[in-house]
Amino acid sequence: MIKAQYERPIIQRLNVGLMNKYGTKTEFNPVTHIDGNAVKELMETYGSPLFVLSEKTIRQTYKDATRAFKTRYPKVQFAWSYKTNYINAVCNVFHQEGSWAEVVSGFEYLKALHNNVPGDKIIFNGPDKKEVDLKLAIEHGSLIHIDHLDELYMIKELVAGGTKRPRVAIRVNMDTGIYPMWDRFGFNYEDGQAWDAINKIMLSGQMDLVGLHCHIGTFMLTPNAYGVAASKLSQLALSVMKKFKKKIEYIDLGGGFASKNTLKGSYIQGIDVSPTFDQYAEAISTSILNAGFTEDSLPLLILESGRALIDEAGYLLGSVISNKRLSDGRRATILDFGVNILFTSFWYDHKISPAQHFGQYSEDTVLYGPLCMNIDVVREHISFPPLKKDDQVVVHTVGAYNMTQWMQFIAMRPAVIMIDMDEKPHLIRKRETINSIQDEEVMPLYLEKFKIS
Amino acid sequence: MKFKKNIALSDSGFIFDPTTGDSFNTNPVGLEIVQMLKQDNTPQEISAYFLKNYAVDESTFEKDLYDFINMLSKFKLTEHNEKEKN
Repeated sequence: MIKAQYERPIIQRLNVGLMNKYGTKTEFNPVTHIDGNAVKELMETYGSPLFVLSEKTIRQTYKDATRAFKTRYPKVQFAWSYKTNYINAVCNVFHQEGSWAEVVSGFEYLKALHNNVPGDKIIFNGPDKKEVDLKLAIEHGSLIHIDHLDELYMIKELVAGGTKRPRVAIRVNMDTGIYPMWDRFGFNYEDGQAWDAINKIMLSGQMDLVGLHCHIGTFMLTPNAYGVAASKLSQLALSVMKKFKKKIEYIDLGGGFASKNTLKGSYIQGIDVSPTFDQYAEAISTSILNAGFTEDSLPLLILESGRALIDEAGYLLGSVISNKRLSDGRRATILDFGVNILFTSFWYDHKISPAQHFGQYSEDTVLYGPLCMNIDVVREHISFPPLKKDDQVVVHTVGAYNMTQWMQFIAMRPAVIMIDMDEKPHLIRKRETINSIQDEEVMPLYLEKFKIS
Repeated sequence: MKFKKNIALSDSGFIFDPTTGDSFNTNPVGLEIVQMLKQDNTPQEISAYFLKNYAVDESTFEKDLYDFINMLSKFKLTEHNEKEKN
């Protein structure tokens, strides 16, 4: 006898009250395959949890972004933001597409060199550039974006008496009508700090001011703010040309473009509110083109977008450890991944799908991670089908920051695979083992041998 | 533990409690359990029926049934006899 398919019994009280007028749909359409690969088989081969990246989506998103800008502005260059995802295979997909590297530490700088990025195609940002890092960057002719005066003076000291002329830009912070203003980075536009730094660089005679840089924020939902930033940087570039007869080769608008994730507390899903690349491109290009540059003095436009280029390409696969009932009657499902590896669940309501088919019934559920910590909540509220132990789930839009900000906390970090253009999976980062941690530890001799009494 | 006799139950899984005015919905497995409870089947009899007719193992069903009956009790859809109360 063939037995009927079983689904856990659920009962829900029907509430009459105000409905969400935005009417977001339920999220439990099953996702059984990613780029032609069965989720179940991927987890059997590489374990659970597992990060999956779609090379197809990365390349398509990159093409969409470059098309948006290159159809509006004649000189555009993208630089891959290493901090967003610096797994080498990911970086090399972007480099293969033509992206330079944008790094913010000596560690990331070495990674870019390791990935065979030519020194003059590495942009070095950030407030923490150590002397040894700066020496390396000057040696390789990289673009050094000066963040503060201490860094400026350190570069002056490093090149004093030598023949190397570092290629530098300054990071400029400004009021673009966005709160909070990121004035902790770089030199302020409105109060004259930026001009002060420019004067110091130009009058030093020791370095070449080749660009101007800004990065106005993160997950920016207002394209017009970029228009304001592009306009202010353009005016600064034109003023430098006028005062010092020095052409500014590039304007770098940084990153901060939003992905399609849904921010916590938002009524509307990210996919409906995040601007498109075309909207960002329109605001930026229009501002620069209207700023007053002559055709031959138009600067190269550099973009350091990270999140918007990789987020949609990333998935996190995981399994159900257990179900339980909370004291207030809500269903709680414990998953085998938590905030330790899904860091972005602190600020996003990630879209999560079951990886197997279910009926039409769902239950209000809290999704918890496996950590023995109360803050380990993946989704505080989700309408989800009745999953049972060992059922699998797929978390969407996790490609940005999770594989760099993840923590080796309580558990080891999982493997990362990339599915190539021919839908073949490749391991690009191994699952950690106890040796990944133990190998770095050193035991003092006097603590090596003893007996617990 | 017994399912309250005055609770209305539809074939689609809609449940109405005329005492409180509360309404609920349940999925097909939940509906079958409620129907069996209404016909005074014991949890053991319900388990035996589901293990025979559905693709589910004993421990999974036992956990689910316990949780489901707990929810019925929480929603005040069941009544306990005096013996159980003591």
